[in-house]
Amino acid sequence: MERQWGMVIDLDRCTGCEACVVACHAENNIATVGEDGAARGRAMHWIQVQRYWEGEFPDVRLKYQPVLCQQCGDAPCESVCPVYATYHNPDGLNAQVYNRCIGTRYCANACPYNARVFNFYNPVWDKPLGLQLNPDVSVRSVGIMEKCTFCIQRVKKAEVQAQESKQPIKDGEVKPACVQSCPAKAMVFGDLNDPKSKVSQLARSNRATRLLEEVGARPNVIYLRSVS
Amino acid sequence: MAGPSVEQVNQEILRPLVRTSWRYYLTAGILGSIVLAAFFAFLYQVNSGIGVSGLDRPVFWGFYITNFVFWIGISHAGTLISAILRLTHAGWRRPVTRCAEAITVFALMIGASFPIIHLGRPYLFFWLLPYPSVRGIWPNFHSPLLWDAFAITTYLTGSTIFLYLPTIPDFALVRDKARGRRKKIYHVLSLGWKGTPRQWHRLEMAMRIMAVVILPVAVSVHTIVSWDFAMPPVPMWHSTAFGPYFVAGAIFSGIAALIIAMALLRKAFHLEQYLTPFHFDKLGKLLLLMSLVWGYFIVAERMTVWYGNESSEMAVYSSSAQGQFTHLFWIMVFCNLLIPFFILSIKNFRTITGTVIASITVVIGMWLERFLIIVPSLERKYLPFTWGAYRPSWVEITITAGTFAAMALLYMIFSKLVPIISVWELKLGLRQEGQSPRSALAPAKPSPIIAQPGLAAPGE
Repeated sequence: MERQWGMVIDLDRCTGCEACVVACHAENNIATVGEDGAARGRAMHWIQVQRYWEGEFPDVRLKYQPVLCQQCGDAPCESVCPVYATYHNPDGLNAQVYNRCIGTRYCANACPYNARVFNFYNPVWDKPLGLQLNPDVSVRSVGIMEKCTFCIQRVKKAEVQAQESKQPIKDGEVKPACVQSCPAKAMVFGDLNDPKSKVSQLARSNRATRLLEEVGARPNVIYLRSVS
Repeated sequence: MAGPSVEQVNQEILRPLVRTSWRYYLTAGILGSIVLAAFFAFLYQVNSGIGVSGLDRPVFWGFYITNFVFWIGISHAGTLISAILRLTHAGWRRPVTRCAEAITVFALMIGASFPIIHLGRPYLFFWLLPYPSVRGIWPNFHSPLLWDAFAITTYLTGSTIFLYLPTIPDFALVRDKARGRRKKIYHVLSLGWKGTPRQWHRLEMAMRIMAVVILPVAVSVHTIVSWDFAMPPVPMWHSTAFGPYFVAGAIFSGIAALIIAMALLRKAFHLEQYLTPFHFDKLGKLLLLMSLVWGYFIVAERMTVWYGNESSEMAVYSSSAQGQFTHLFWIMVFCNLLIPFFILSIKNFRTITGTVIASITVVIGMWLERFLIIVPSLERKYLPFTWGAYRPSWVEITITAGTFAAMALLYMIFSKLVPIISVWELKLGLRQEGQSPRSALAPAKPSPIIAQPGLAAPGE
């Protein structure tokens, strides 16, 4: 059976510390846009910790919800791209080909989760920050759409190693930067098609829910939350 | 009312081709500098990045796509209206068709440039075209944007032919009257037109075929433009009504643009005898009809959303019902429905001035309509934490202004190179219906007359 990479995020564990956001920026060479850019809504976080208030004052509860690309099975972004810059790869991932993107931004409009971010300007890194760029990830130029890839460079590396050593990829061997850095261990990554993997066990929990399921994009990120 | 004689027609309609006043140069200069400013704004954007626009996340489409839809809508003036009038043999169409068809071609050229202007990497726009690439990559035929590319190029080709065909005899007329270099240019343009019965017959056949072919193309173009929005699952975009809604809006704004253009031409080139209050009255009635059709669609669209009360759609709905877009929404309703309705439904107001005022409000209202379809949905798409706002930058405003100037400028240049009223068709009408273009009301008999060699080289 083919692999289907997926993620489980336990909202009851998430503390909203945003370590995932920082780790993601560092791993994926995501540019920062400065205060003005961020104020105008151009911040390029591939994962965003969304904050919601529940209930009426004074009985209010704070809820955090990290939202990244949901790597949808029926991704609305894929069909609308006129140049195949975003497409479904054999691992069931929603891949983005930076060099092919011409910047129609149609995919970002079609995405129900607003998970996609756009390079409005050429990225700049103040010295010496340019030296910390991850050599495994290409740097994107102006006019290009980008988004969470489930750290595809780590996935690919594990696949190559598995091929070399003729050992299957072990459950939990591949960890995207956000999963690796989550201090509350709220995020789990793995193969949803493997019934024994931790991620698919958690996905069967009765706390499991998917975001905006009614839109019908069949997301591969599963959220766990107790109904309060 | 005594109509113009054949010689008078030649002189008066060809006059703009021969004589140019200082006012023309002044206007062209002003419009040209606005176009130039827009061009430099675009270069600045290419150089610095699309970030100089007011676009952000989540509002990835703004003024540019609004302009795109708006101008493609305006383009429905010509071909659609002129094809319908030709097919129904409406006698009063004769002085109107050429103005209308020219609007189509220019509005399409302007509209089609916006999908390129708005790209993040505009220099790679040709990746949208299916050309044999060494990498073996084709464009994605599932994408509505690609359908757009096909629909618009088809429509542009078709409407250019549709404009060109009935111009051939007029080019021949100018060729016969011109001297020197001009004669050579018009000689080429007239494609060896001699006015033989065979040529007339061929022309008539070709025009009939084009009029029939262009209608479904025109309808499909704006349907496909609407599908850019209706296809993805975005609240208040994802609607089955969008196809007909957009086509109706396109015809609506197209008629308004036509009325404005005709009034300007009438004033500038003293065409009072040809573009009469009668024509404005007829087009005014058409505008009134489309205004009501538009009103029907907006009620149908908003009523179903409001009654269904689905939370993600209501978030968008409420931003124009009681949010930041309320003012614009009501301005749009006033411009598109209330003002045109009051002016155009009262006979005494349906004068040239009246119809022009109504048309101007309609053009403003329809531009707002496109804006209010595109932006509010993107601002409030599903997850509230990602909601945003949009405010256009000076670059977008300059480029938008530039397109209106470009439209006027292209039209002015066109009117200097081509008789803006179809001379031979007008003469045909005069011969058929008696002396006055005003009396050319009755539907013309389908035309054995068209193949009269006597009309072949008009003015000789």
